[in-house]
Amino acid sequence: MGSLSLLFAVTTLSYLAASLLYLVGMIGRRPQLPQAGRWVLLIGIISQASCFAVRHSSAGGTPVTSLHESLAFFAWCLILLFLLLDLRFKLSVMGAFAAPMALLLMIGSALCPDVVVQLSPVLKSWLFPVHITFAFLGNAAFALSFGAGVMYLIQNRMLKSKRFTGIYQLLPSLDSLDKVNYTCLSVGFPLMTLGIISGAFWANIAWGTYWSWDPKETWALLTWFLYAALLHGRLTIGWRGRKAAIFSIIAFMFLLFTFLGVNLLLGGYHTFESFAVI
Amino acid sequence: MNIIVVGLSHKTAPVEIREKVAFPPTEMEAPLMKMLALPAISEGMIVSTCNRVELYAVSRQPEAAILELKSFLADFHALPEAVLNEHLYDRSGDDAIHHVLRVASSLDSMVIGEPQILGQIKTAYGYACEFKTTGTILNRFMHKAFSVAKRIRTETAIASSAVSVSFAAVELARKIFDSLENKTVMLVGAGEMCELAAKHFVNQGVSKVLVTNRTFSRAEKLAAEFNGTAVNFDNFREQLHRVDILLSSTGAPDYILSAGKLKEVCKMRRFKPMFLIDIAVPRDIDPAANKLDCVYLYDVDDLQGVVQANLKERHKEAEKAELIIKGEVAQFRNWLDTLQIKPTIVALRRQMEQIRQVEMERTLANLNHLNDKERKAIEAMSAAIVNKILHQPTQKLKQVNQNDDGTLYLDAVRTLFDLPAQDVTHSDATDSE
Repeated sequence: MGSLSLLFAVTTLSYLAASLLYLVGMIGRRPQLPQAGRWVLLIGIISQASCFAVRHSSAGGTPVTSLHESLAFFAWCLILLFLLLDLRFKLSVMGAFAAPMALLLMIGSALCPDVVVQLSPVLKSWLFPVHITFAFLGNAAFALSFGAGVMYLIQNRMLKSKRFTGIYQLLPSLDSLDKVNYTCLSVGFPLMTLGIISGAFWANIAWGTYWSWDPKETWALLTWFLYAALLHGRLTIGWRGRKAAIFSIIAFMFLLFTFLGVNLLLGGYHTFESFAVI
Repeated sequence: MNIIVVGLSHKTAPVEIREKVAFPPTEMEAPLMKMLALPAISEGMIVSTCNRVELYAVSRQPEAAILELKSFLADFHALPEAVLNEHLYDRSGDDAIHHVLRVASSLDSMVIGEPQILGQIKTAYGYACEFKTTGTILNRFMHKAFSVAKRIRTETAIASSAVSVSFAAVELARKIFDSLENKTVMLVGAGEMCELAAKHFVNQGVSKVLVTNRTFSRAEKLAAEFNGTAVNFDNFREQLHRVDILLSSTGAPDYILSAGKLKEVCKMRRFKPMFLIDIAVPRDIDPAANKLDCVYLYDVDDLQGVVQANLKERHKEAEKAELIIKGEVAQFRNWLDTLQIKPTIVALRRQMEQIRQVEMERTLANLNHLNDKERKAIEAMSAAIVNKILHQPTQKLKQVNQNDDGTLYLDAVRTLFDLPAQDVTHSDATDSE
């Protein structure tokens, strides 16, 4: 397990270093620091990918079955999407949100017991990695749209109240934040949809039914409807700006509950324990 | 060697005095030559702007130099010395270095962080170079000043925010819109501030300008100026849905745009944000419009507020800049200290002696068969070679040091032999502009 914990540490340290680079770069107005942060994040996701690879071979299956692994995988998806987004929009300020969030996820992951759960044979299917990859990438996209939404509200508040604090200089224009919010939404929604569909097919193979109103499924569907409404509002009614930002923040709260709350509070067959061979 | 500053600025002299001592840029040769001819001055340059007139000089006798420069300034402009002296300040040594670095970095300017002063000093230095009144020390000093100014500009936010109302408007627009390139600006009414702001917007790439005025001919005239379109005042409201940025300054006694009308416009624009700048007093646009999600309404007080906040921010950044300058003063002072004859010769001798000893040890280690006498002979020979080689340069250095260009040789020796300064890091070789 030596190489695993080493890779895990390298990843966490990269995210820590990148967080510092982004935050100090933003607050101290040193644009070259976030530039470096990008490369540090790249090191982070590469080392984390190797971490997954090692786990995959040692567990003999997709290594996203415990909370420890899930949180880490979430962090990975988040940084991957952020780096792609950064290529397109060059909004390093988002890094000051994404990198610390990934760091928190890694810390959360480290605090959870690291157990390698053996999947019960019924659950072993190629659909499992497909399902979780779509679902987690979708979640990560929504997390970024949440971040952009929060920044939008802060910037909007300052522009409206005409009281400007230091952050004002650091945040990009309302238009760009709105665009990021929309891009993340339009990327996240199809991913989430595919995640739900692939999950349904997998359920059909495992249990012979596509949908069984397990709490996670119910909440995921509810969240999906929320995001569908938001996307619809943006595309047809012309929702944008503040309204869209608030909506994406609320929807993300539901998403968080679907992701964590359901597992920790409500139970059902999506809980990590139920994956295990009994 | 000492840096000397004698001069006056907006802080010490009213404009009536400043205009009398200003040096016209087309006639710099005479004053520069006269200044250099002063007995205590070995290098000199003159900075003359509308806010300050300063003489920078290098001298071995700072007290004498200051007196000479003061009477030079009075004589040249035919002013009574007693009157002028009231407004003059003088600095020498570290204080002078500190002062010039602050001026070049725009910390001493009327509007802190304004960018012109650096260019003005560069121009002044250009004249001095043209008439060859600067030497080793001022050359190095000016390049230091330019690099410090540049450093402060990049490392602090001293010049990053707008300090005029019209620029503040452009800056705000940049925080609302992604780019200004495909945006439409509308001017309602005419007013100097509005036109100025519109000009800034056009310079920043705004593509379309609409102008409306109660007097249509005036609208047409202004529109022609911006390559825009004149709109009839009676139906300018029908055009509003096309407008992203609106600048209003009519003389109307009441609101010409109600919040209700703007709400309709928002809907037509599918809630794309609108930036409204109301410079009119009494105001043209119902302030309640700011409550609409897609409207960002600023009146003249709001913009003043932004400017005040930016100024405050600049002053905060100036504190950071002062720290940078403190370090740079010490660094330049160290370099200046190395340009003294005695320490330079000592350092040169020490370096040669070190080389000699190292080489002696290396050679003797392989010559074990030599007896003490032979060893001593070789040792004496090596010492003699070093002495002979150093004799001529040492004499020459002492000789040229009597002249003004002695520092040039000292600097050359320091550079050629890479002599370290005592107790300090000698890192000045890199600061070229």
